[in-house]
Amino acid sequence: MRFDYLQPATLDECVAMLAKWGPSAKIIAGGTDLILNARARVVDPEYVIDITGIPSMSGIEEEGGGVRIGAAVTVRDVSESAIIKERFPLLATAASLIGSVGIRNVATIGGNVCRASPSSECSPPLLCLDASAKVVGPGGSRTIRLDECFLGPGCTTLETDEVLTEIHIPPNKPGTRGVYLKHSQRGSIDLAIVGVAVVGTFAASDGTCQEAKIALGGVAPTPMRARDAERVLQGKVVDDALIALAAQTAADESRPISDVRGSADYRKEMVRVFTQRALRAILPS
Amino acid sequence: MRRPIELRVNGVIEEAYVEPWWTLARVLRDELGLTGTKISCETGDCGACTVNIDGRAVRSCIYPVMKAQGKEIVTIEGLAGSDGSLHPLQQAFLDNFAVQCGYCTPGMVMGAHALLGENPHPSEEEIKEGLRGNLCRCTGYNNIVKAVASVAGAAEEVE
Repeated sequence: MRFDYLQPATLDECVAMLAKWGPSAKIIAGGTDLILNARARVVDPEYVIDITGIPSMSGIEEEGGGVRIGAAVTVRDVSESAIIKERFPLLATAASLIGSVGIRNVATIGGNVCRASPSSECSPPLLCLDASAKVVGPGGSRTIRLDECFLGPGCTTLETDEVLTEIHIPPNKPGTRGVYLKHSQRGSIDLAIVGVAVVGTFAASDGTCQEAKIALGGVAPTPMRARDAERVLQGKVVDDALIALAAQTAADESRPISDVRGSADYRKEMVRVFTQRALRAILPS
Repeated sequence: MRRPIELRVNGVIEEAYVEPWWTLARVLRDELGLTGTKISCETGDCGACTVNIDGRAVRSCIYPVMKAQGKEIVTIEGLAGSDGSLHPLQQAFLDNFAVQCGYCTPGMVMGAHALLGENPHPSEEEIKEGLRGNLCRCTGYNNIVKAVASVAGAAEEVE
């Protein structure tokens, strides 16, 4: 691990640094992944560009009914933000389930997304909430949908001269409910064996499911939407039998591997169990 | 190439010549001689290296030293009074026999120090959550939680 440490004060400075050194540079925010990977020689950057001194990458604000979260906002601040807790509590929950408080105090939401870990905690809620990311590079800025951002473990559609600057969550429909459940052996300090986020909108009159979104972590090369399972619920009056069918469908479309935390078969079964629990939790009583 | 930086540690401005990839833990221990901060896993998992930065618990073994410039760093050495009198948390660890081999203790105390700074009266559950990622290989957790709880009950005495 040997690198020069660059601390741009503005986004323009950061973009200029990326344009010059992008392929041999890595962006650092909290560093809770990058420093480990650099020490293990998984990555070996010549330059590390710290984005946490850039004012425009901080802050959580309401905008047009939705919310904007700066990429350098710590997951601790996401988990305790009054705006996030009120508007998108499942994201606050997910952020509170990342590592220890000592990690959450420095790890950022931008890092949690850009790291593209299959078991990222923030990604399933963000996928369910139809979040997008603003990405800035030498050619200007572009917006990418998060469900099109992940290519595989550790791999996103961001180019080496681009930086993720903020995450946007569009407004929810009134009455939308959501929940995130994490299944792990040691609570927050362990990686998720399975993470399940669900978001649903139900008609006040008869409880018909107007919209259902389900996203899974830890059970595919990327965080994924379980769109087949969502279609099972869409437009239907949801009862126990339908929840069971949707949960089984989510398990069927997950593509887990076997590793030290669990076998592929076990993970599929846990997708079924936790999707069922999550759907029950958001069903209007 | 080493470069000079300034760090504010335990209320004192310290100068150090550092390589830009060094971690805060390394500089605290090897350059500033503050060896109370322990290094164990070096992956941010165990919490032995916990220090407080701007009042929050941080894992100094994976925290780039360059990032620590301009911030308020408090290490275990910063808790006792200038006359050597122990901080209430340190006294509570002694009184409750919350120390076995002692290697995790500085990290435990600094994790608890940040917790009490943010939440002077934490519940037992909040204490456990606040120290969840601080590992004690002697498994002496009960007395550690008791020690922190005893200070939380008398939080007015905590700075």
